[in-house]
Amino acid sequence: MTNKASDGLAIEIKGLAKAFGRTPVLRGLDLDVRWGEVLTVLGPNGSGKTTLIKVLATLTRPDAGVVRVAGADLLRAGRSVRRVIGVVTHDALLYDHLSVYENLKFSGRMFSLDRLEDRIVAAADTMGVTGRLHHRVHTLSHGMKKRFSIARSLLHDPRILLMDEPESGLDQEALEMLEELVLDSTVRRTVLMTTHNLDRALALGQRMAIISRGKIAYEESLDSVSAESLKETYSRYTEGD
Amino acid sequence: MGSFLGPVAAVLLKDVLLELRTKDTVVSVLVFALLAIVIFNFAIEPTPVMVAVVAPGILWVAFTFGGVLGLTRSFALEKDGGNLHGLMLAPVSRDTIFFGKMLGNFVFMTVVEVIAFPAFAVLFNFSLAMPGLIPVALLATLGITTVGTVFSAMAANTRSREVMLPVLFLPAVLPVIVAAVEASGIVIGGEGGSDLRRWLPLLVVFDAVFLVVCPVAFTLVIEE
Repeated sequence: MTNKASDGLAIEIKGLAKAFGRTPVLRGLDLDVRWGEVLTVLGPNGSGKTTLIKVLATLTRPDAGVVRVAGADLLRAGRSVRRVIGVVTHDALLYDHLSVYENLKFSGRMFSLDRLEDRIVAAADTMGVTGRLHHRVHTLSHGMKKRFSIARSLLHDPRILLMDEPESGLDQEALEMLEELVLDSTVRRTVLMTTHNLDRALALGQRMAIISRGKIAYEESLDSVSAESLKETYSRYTEGD
Repeated sequence: MGSFLGPVAAVLLKDVLLELRTKDTVVSVLVFALLAIVIFNFAIEPTPVMVAVVAPGILWVAFTFGGVLGLTRSFALEKDGGNLHGLMLAPVSRDTIFFGKMLGNFVFMTVVEVIAFPAFAVLFNFSLAMPGLIPVALLATLGITTVGTVFSAMAANTRSREVMLPVLFLPAVLPVIVAAVEASGIVIGGEGGSDLRRWLPLLVVFDAVFLVVCPVAFTLVIEE
């Protein structure tokens, strides 16, 4: 597992293909993400954003292609990859009949983490949910579960965050916390985030990629892109999807 | 070893805690097992000869089909909440998840057997003191839960999991059930010695094979 800034790439994808049954979802996708970069991946429904996250998170095996995360081959070193990634999916990944604290403790034990109590409090503080740590998950709103899901993904201090539409269900306060988390320059995490929301992509991302029909159709730095120009580019590359 | 045993224990303890909160699995399996035992008690003429012949089969029908109920729940719990992905995101091998879930199923099924057997013994007029049944029950339960955990994971991905699990699982675990019935019959009938030495090693061999094959199969089953 490489850890050198000089290596440059946190995520390296070449020719990634994945089909579910007879339905191809990713069709030879190429994508690189540098260390410390925040990349937002935009695309319409069914374009393959969630599948891309699932492949990178080792939740599903690619049919073809080479994928390296933190220098490790995904298929050969899945456990090592999972140690350095934090994942936020559509599901909260919390057990309804356990308290949030019990859920986070379980997650910490699966990662064999030390100083677990400190980590749980720190992760909960980051998303402003410390006061609800001992509530049963089934008593929480969707937005609160999402906050805890994000807290859960931070427990093991991952170097790379994979987030699938993390803003969904979050209120304004939580959105600001998410923004702080993603843009925190003291930590310099690498973030790959999928979203439908072009404004959010512009606010959070340093670079964006548009995924269309299972491939990266367009990539651009977001340094000097306006909201109108982004919208126009997005429409152009996803027309007909 | 710590990086294997720690997460296995975490999965087991998580399942035990969830079961203590919800009481879903043990209660439903226990009710089924007791109902089956009571119904069979009414269905047959309880003469000593008849009972000695059919009682082992009744016992293992009750435990096995009750076990199917519990096994269906085992991965439904993970699948429905998306929590299987949470387990798969941990930096552990997939068979760690398998052994944690399998041990949980083993514990729940053993609890049911410990509670149901006295009822069985009373209704069919057997002595409660049958220590010879303990190794039979433990080995058979280990085989049933080892195979059942894999098929539970497989069936959880299907729409009709309540139908798919018994259809897939029961043929695979049949050798264990047959051996358990035969060995239990020998113990209940008061025989022992060479007859029991024929069936116990068979259970050991089946368990050993399943404990090697099933974790590998599980890894293939849970990854999309």
